[in-house]
Amino acid sequence: MSLAAPHDHSEPTARQRWLAVLAKAPVTRLAAAWESLGDKPAYRLLRRGETGLVMVRGRIGGSGSPFNFGEMTMTRAAVQLLDPAGGVAETGFGHVAGRSVRRAELVALFDAMLQDPARHEAIIERVVVPLAAEQDAAKAARTAKVMESKVDFFTMVRGE
Amino acid sequence: MSGIATAHLADGTAPGPLEPGFADPVHDAQACFRAVLDAMAHPGRVVRVPNALPGRVPLGFAATAIALSLCDIDTPVWLDAASAAVSGYLAFHCGAPLAATPAAARFAFIANADALPPLDGFALGSDEHPERSATLVIEVAGLANNSGATLRGPGIRDEIRLGAAVLPARFWTERAMLGELFPRGLDIVFTCGDALAALPRSTRVVL
Repeated sequence: MSLAAPHDHSEPTARQRWLAVLAKAPVTRLAAAWESLGDKPAYRLLRRGETGLVMVRGRIGGSGSPFNFGEMTMTRAAVQLLDPAGGVAETGFGHVAGRSVRRAELVALFDAMLQDPARHEAIIERVVVPLAAEQDAAKAARTAKVMESKVDFFTMVRGE
Repeated sequence: MSGIATAHLADGTAPGPLEPGFADPVHDAQACFRAVLDAMAHPGRVVRVPNALPGRVPLGFAATAIALSLCDIDTPVWLDAASAAVSGYLAFHCGAPLAATPAAARFAFIANADALPPLDGFALGSDEHPERSATLVIEVAGLANNSGATLRGPGIRDEIRLGAAVLPARFWTERAMLGELFPRGLDIVFTCGDALAALPRSTRVVL
């Protein structure tokens, strides 16, 4: 018998995964990917990029109660892709750390394009996969560097 | 979006996709705030809101601008049946919660003045906290200063006439009864397209 909730939050959805990759990508890479697009979609800004503060909540260990860890600067934007007739197609959202409005708008644009089945494959292949690989490599390199100084504590079995 | 798919806009059309808010949120909201301030300082005077909304507006232009400028997470909003389709727009752009009853609302948007609920059903504030009252934004078909009710009071030299087409006849009697409760009361803004005129609680209506 499955006790899983109808909306299971334990596994990120595909959209959460691509948004996580895009939100961490540098603005130069996003801008370059946008410039290299052969057919840029028409779009309008549903919510212009706006910068504000979000409260980051934390939890000590796995069982501690959440507490307000601190505030961080965040910029968000929302765009709507327009179909050739001028109607609204997909809506994309971008939330990024920091104050770069352009970055939030680019994330929102790619999010909207990734929801369009006609563009999904190409964007995943040309933008998301390379960015994800870079981020994974950077994380692995950092992990390796940290692991060099890792100390394993153990206790010798003491004789009777 | 699916939750509001069955509701309809004031003009009878089904709500389309979400429309954008102000093109320049800070300055456009300031310009609208200034227009409302002028209108409140000169009750009855018809004031125009500079047009700054790029998309199709869900309410009248002035009413939409007022919502974007003044409503936020701290102001429960009550919508009449004719403006119910705006709830998604207000939730997205203002973050304003919907009030279940007129009494719980700090702002009320009324697109169909004929179906205006009784005025004393809205929050009137208390003697200690008269500011805890509702502000009504009522869309009318026409606003004019050469006909209609005669207004007197603070901010008006001698008197001014304000014609709001068309309000139910009971509106002015209900409004006159609220006058006795001052400083409790309701602040009312009439909107018509990009024009607005204010009827603050301090204004006396000469019937």
